[in-house]
Amino acid sequence: MTPAGPNLVAARLAAAVVTPYTVRPALMDVLQVSILVIVAAGATIVVLSKTPVRQVIALSSYGLLLALLFLAFQAPDVALSELTVGAIALPALLLLTLAKVQGRRK
Amino acid sequence: MQYLPFVVVAWILSVGLYGIVTARHLVQQIMCLIVVQSSTYVLLLGVGYVTGAVAPYYSDIPVHTSAVDPVVQALALTDVVVEAAVTALLLAFAIQAHKRFGTLDPHELVELRG
Amino acid sequence: MTPALRRGMFFAGLAGFVAFYLWGLAGLPGFGRYPGPYGFIINRIAVGQTNATGVVSAVNFEYRGFDTVGEEFILFAAAAGVATVLRHLRGEQEGGRDEASPEASVHATSDAIKLSSLLFVGPAVLMGWFLASHAQTSPAGGFQGGVLLATAFALIYLSGEFVTFRRLSPGTAVDAAGAVGAAGFAAIGLTAVILGFPYLYNFLPLGTKPGAVSSSGTIALISFFVGIEVGAAFILIIAELVEQKLLVSGRGAR
Repeated sequence: MTPAGPNLVAARLAAAVVTPYTVRPALMDVLQVSILVIVAAGATIVVLSKTPVRQVIALSSYGLLLALLFLAFQAPDVALSELTVGAIALPALLLLTLAKVQGRRK
Repeated sequence: MQYLPFVVVAWILSVGLYGIVTARHLVQQIMCLIVVQSSTYVLLLGVGYVTGAVAPYYSDIPVHTSAVDPVVQALALTDVVVEAAVTALLLAFAIQAHKRFGTLDPHELVELRG
Repeated sequence: MTPALRRGMFFAGLAGFVAFYLWGLAGLPGFGRYPGPYGFIINRIAVGQTNATGVVSAVNFEYRGFDTVGEEFILFAAAAGVATVLRHLRGEQEGGRDEASPEASVHATSDAIKLSSLLFVGPAVLMGWFLASHAQTSPAGGFQGGVLLATAFALIYLSGEFVTFRRLSPGTAVDAAGAVGAAGFAAIGLTAVILGFPYLYNFLPLGTKPGAVSSSGTIALISFFVGIEVGAAFILIIAELVEQKLLVSGRGAR
């Protein structure tokens, strides 16, 4: 899978001049693998929740887990977005809808 | 490790789709749709990751430090916020469906006509 | 179609999809081995070209600004759609809760929730403005700041100050703010056209020092407008849903 073109190789070499990495790559791998596994488990828990209110709470913590995953993937902007939207705004909208809908059932 | 993030993406997608197919409550279906959408964010960020690189913000590090791909991060960033608004529209439809038909069960909503 | 049949069909389709996905996965270079040129090229030239140290925001509002205009209008249309779908239909009246609702007695909000919600309104608004105005320097941007501003509004609702909530809730002010945000973004692009450049060209002075708040030209301005628009859209959505819950009593409730 090596890309062709000498200018491309030169660009990659030039871009990888300085890396301030002080964490050992093995530790970073461990962090990413563990958060990925926890995120997969979190998605399963969200889907298998029984009542809607419990699922909203599970979805909120799933949003927090996703924000941690995005941080581990070196994307702080996306983590900030996911935190404000997926852990705060979306559960608020869902709870408001559930309050409206379940207040009139039976 | 090379393909673990992408396998996790497939897992989250399958689990979310299973939730959509077997849900008995419209709002629960919408929440499983949110889970499906989150798998695409993980896929985008997984594609752009460079081993040993840092986040692409150069306020305090020299300019030629190797950083991860910023284009997919820009895509995922606006993606998250915009799909929240679209989910809000789906919730509004769910409220109106409940008002009109009195039920939120997708299996029953199919049979009620008008 | 019985649930068991539906589930069986789902698993059959899913098996086919996962097979194709894994087959396509085998052709990828692997996690961490990013081959493509665009990431490296933009990381090298973005700070020099735009004086913005936050490369993701530079990509969002400068290199890829046209797509961001489209996404902002998706948000705007979704908020307008929520307001349209939840409009007052014939037969619904506003005011008072229907007596048939089982939770006709709502207990008062506890003092702890009231106090902590009110305490956090100020910092939330401040943080929202900070994020919306610092797109080019740090992990920030109009989208995150706008959502945080709308969260402050939801905190006011949580604190039980319903009179304040009604006074602050849209109103022409929030509608106008949303329109100003959306139109402002498009207008910046049109100003570039009027000045003879391509649409959304960065025509403002770029500033001297990369990473200062006033640097990077139109990126900071666009992020500010996006923050206003996203905040207004989410405030509208939340207020619509709250109004549905508290004020609209249904027609022919069963």
